[in-house]
Order: sequence, then structure tokens, then C-alpha cells
Amino acid sequence: MPPAPRPGSAPGQRTRAGAGTALGLGFATLYMSIIVLLPLSAIVWKAHQAGWSGFWADVTTPEAWSTMKLTILLSIAVALTNIVMGTLIAWVLVRDSFPGKRVMDVLIDLPFALPTIVAGLVLLTLYGPTSPIHVTLAYTRPGVFVALLFVTLPFCVRTVQPVLIELDRDMEEAAASLGASRITIFRRIVLPNLMPAILAGGALSFARALSEYGSTVLISGNIPFKTQVASVHIFNQIENDNVTGAAAVATVLLGVSLIVLLAIGVIQRWSVRR
Amino acid sequence: MVGAAVTTKTKWALRLVALLYLALLLIVPVGLIFWRTFQHGFSPFWHSITTHEALHALRVTLEVAITATVLNTVFGITASLLIVRHAFPGKRLLNALIDLPLAVSPVVAGLALILIYGRLTPIGGWLGHQGVNVIFALPGMVIATVFVSLPLVVRELVPVLEEIGTEQEQAAWTLGASAPQTFRRITLPAIRWALAYGIVLALARSLGEFGAVAVVSGKVVGQTQTLTLYVEQQYQNFDKTGAYAVSVMLAMIAIVTLIAMTLFRPKER
Repeated sequence: MPPAPRPGSAPGQRTRAGAGTALGLGFATLYMSIIVLLPLSAIVWKAHQAGWSGFWADVTTPEAWSTMKLTILLSIAVALTNIVMGTLIAWVLVRDSFPGKRVMDVLIDLPFALPTIVAGLVLLTLYGPTSPIHVTLAYTRPGVFVALLFVTLPFCVRTVQPVLIELDRDMEEAAASLGASRITIFRRIVLPNLMPAILAGGALSFARALSEYGSTVLISGNIPFKTQVASVHIFNQIENDNVTGAAAVATVLLGVSLIVLLAIGVIQRWSVRR
Repeated sequence: MVGAAVTTKTKWALRLVALLYLALLLIVPVGLIFWRTFQHGFSPFWHSITTHEALHALRVTLEVAITATVLNTVFGITASLLIVRHAFPGKRLLNALIDLPLAVSPVVAGLALILIYGRLTPIGGWLGHQGVNVIFALPGMVIATVFVSLPLVVRELVPVLEEIGTEQEQAAWTLGASAPQTFRRITLPAIRWALAYGIVLALARSLGEFGAVAVVSGKVVGQTQTLTLYVEQQYQNFDKTGAYAVSVMLAMIAIVTLIAMTLFRPKER
């Protein structure tokens, strides 16, 4: 929607609106600069302070390299799992009905509302050393994977669900009456319509898993080369006063996040066009 | 026709898989921590959350979260009005940058703040001379919290402002209402539920922030320790009762947030 011009009758009003806009713009710019822009630029600047070779040396130390590899692989696995499970859960929430569905629908958002450190602790009560079901995932990669699944649970569900609600049932019924099998209907009609939402949800899960810290810090046990994810690695480097090393890995994370953000933007524009 | 599209067997299978997944990932673990906390009654829980250290952490958390939420609300209203109602150079850039904090790791956010406002940096050093310490003090924790919850209010307001349009505002304007009057009497009532929703989201995120605050606070017990930092410390000091109790308190806040979210959620979603 294009911004409508103010129909100010008196010139005084026009000036006031202009001054208000300028003031607001100044405030927003200052706020964004102090809180987001300056600090994030400082990271990129710090990472490249020792030149390109210094940056390269910092991100290719064995520990940094293995932590980034693990983080990216785990994030891909998390995105794929969410694409399947999130779509499935959204389907059940929209097309199925059973007692308790409403509560389930509300509970899906709990991982967004729950502090991440609490999420980690909560998982440790079931999958930790004192597990009542004797499944110990603490200090293992599957443990970190479960923590990441927990915090990313709502993304795919919440992107797919509204599209599924809007989806016209007539098409599916028409296909069914023409003799299409259920699998064909799902593959040819439902899935193409859901695809942008599923991909957006997957990309959001990936970005979140990539940057997650709080829920993994307790369950990972912070073991380099085994369970240490990128954020935990950066935190360690800060505590060990290796700020340049921390900034280098952080720059890589920022770069990947930016690419994912752009991808989400492209997916959203694509889905609007359709 | 629904029955024809999806057989009962498939339906049951899907329902079972979904419920099992949610039970193992979400419901049983959260239920278990509540059970562990309250299995010996209410008083151990009460005792754990009212220790001197826990109460201090609660006060720090509230101070930081409320300040950050107020700042983000003021910014959210300003930025969303700018984005929806005004044309200016760099508008698309502002729009894109507002989402950036959601994609940045909290630890990276904390590191970024240290690099700008740390005591050994030009800006941090200058502020230190003025008697303002940002890092390892409350101002840094507020900025870190503002950072991670920055987009939440804006993102709720923009679609609503787009939807209500400008007709009423223009009418008020032609009738001679000033800009603040128009905002207070026309715009604010129209966006109040979206605003409430955004504030609830931002407050919940601020109360639960861990990573960014862990980096900039220095985790000074009795000074800059928030509730989430307290949980981590108690768990690592083998005081599971204390860690569980404060976690359950935070989980209760989260559940209240969820209820508030369902009440304020925009109808069309």
C-alpha cells in the first residue's frame, strides 16, 4: 500500500508532519545504529583486522572448523526433520479433530515462550543422567539435535498451518472424483500449494538451529570436536579472551544467516506471486 | 468426502505420530520438570525461589526486561508508522535490517556489543570516562535484550497499520486534529490488540533471554545475574532443586504468555 499524502489544508500542518517524520526517522536510525548496525559492523571489522589470511587462519583452526561443520550439518538435519514433522503436525491440527486438539495447538508455541536455558534443562530431566526412561542423551550429538528440534518446533507448523487452512478442498475433491489416488492428490495438489510455506519454515528452522545457544549449552556439555556447536564455541573463545577468533566464526555465522534471510525473502515473494 | 480423501487408518497413523513426537519432545519433559519440582509439595519450591540470590536475580531480570520492552515499544510504534505511512530513502533497508536480529545468534549479538561498548574500545572507553559502564553492567544487558527482541513489536504492527489504511486518520486530520491527537484518538485504538500482542512477545523474549545477556553481563552473582543465568549457575553447582524451581517459575511465565498470546492473537491468523 503506497503511503497516502497528508491532505493537510494549512501549510503549518504540513510542516509539522514533515518535522514529525524527520524526528521519527532520526530516532529510528539512531536506535538501529546503536543497537544493531555499529555492533555487527564491529564484528566483521574485528574478524578482518588481521587481514584475509588472519581471518582464514581463525576459521580453519581444527576446533573452529569442526564446530562449524557440526553446526551446519545439525542445522540441515533439523530443517529436514521439521519439514516432515512440522508439515505432519500442521496437517493433523487442520484436517483431523480429536479431544485436546485445541490445547495441542496452543502448546506448539511453548518453545517460543520458554527461555532457552529452561528448554535445555527440561530436556535433561527426561534425557539426562537421571532419566526415568534410562535414555541418556546428555553430552552427545543426538542430545544437541533434540534440543535444536525442541526450539525450532513451531516454525514449520506455524508457516504451513495457515496455508493448509486456506487451501481449497474443492480441488482435492475434484481430483478424487476423477479417480486420483490419495498419494497422487497429496503429491500433485496439496504439496505444490504448501511448498513455499514448507520451505520458508525449513529455512527459518535452519537459521534458528544455526544460531541457537541457550538450549544446547547444558545438554552438549561443551565437548570440542564432539558436541560443541558454533555459538558455544564463540562463547568459549570470548571467555578465553580470543575475541578475534570469536569474531571470525561469528562472521561466518552472520554470512550464512544473511543468505538464509535472503532466501526466505525470495521464497515469500515467490509464494505471493503464485 | 474427507473420509474418501484420507482413510481412517492413515488419519490415525498421522495423529499417532504427531502426538508421539510432541509427547516425547515437549509434553513429557515439561511435565516431568513440574513433577520433580512439586513432588515434595509446594514449600521446597517456594523456599528455592525466595532465596536472597534468586530474588535479586528476579529484580534484575524485571528491570532489564521492562526497560528493554518499553524501548522496543516506542521504537516499534515509530518504525512501523515510518514504514507503512511514510516514504523516505532507505525505507527498504530499514525494513530488512529490522529482521536481522532474529537471524543473529544471541552470543554473536553479545560479542558485537562487547566489541563496540567494551572498556577497551573507543566508544566504551569514552563512556567509561563519563561514568557509564555498559559492558558487565545493566546498560549492556538492556541493549543486549533490546537487540534480541527488537523486531517483535514492529512485525505485529506493520500488517495491522497496512490493513486499517489512512481514511480515518485523514478525516481526523482534515477536521484539524494535530498529529499526536490523531495518533492517540484514531491510530492507537485501532492497533491496540496488535500492540498488546507484540508487547507480550517482546516481554516474554526479554524475560527469557540468556545467551546475549550471558556474554555482556559478566555473570556477576548478586549484581548482573538474571533468572536465566541463575538457572545455569545452580545447575552447574549441582543445586538441581534451585535450578528446577526457578525454571518452573519461568515456565509458568511462559505458559501465562501463551494464554495471553491466544487472547491477543489477531483474529485472521
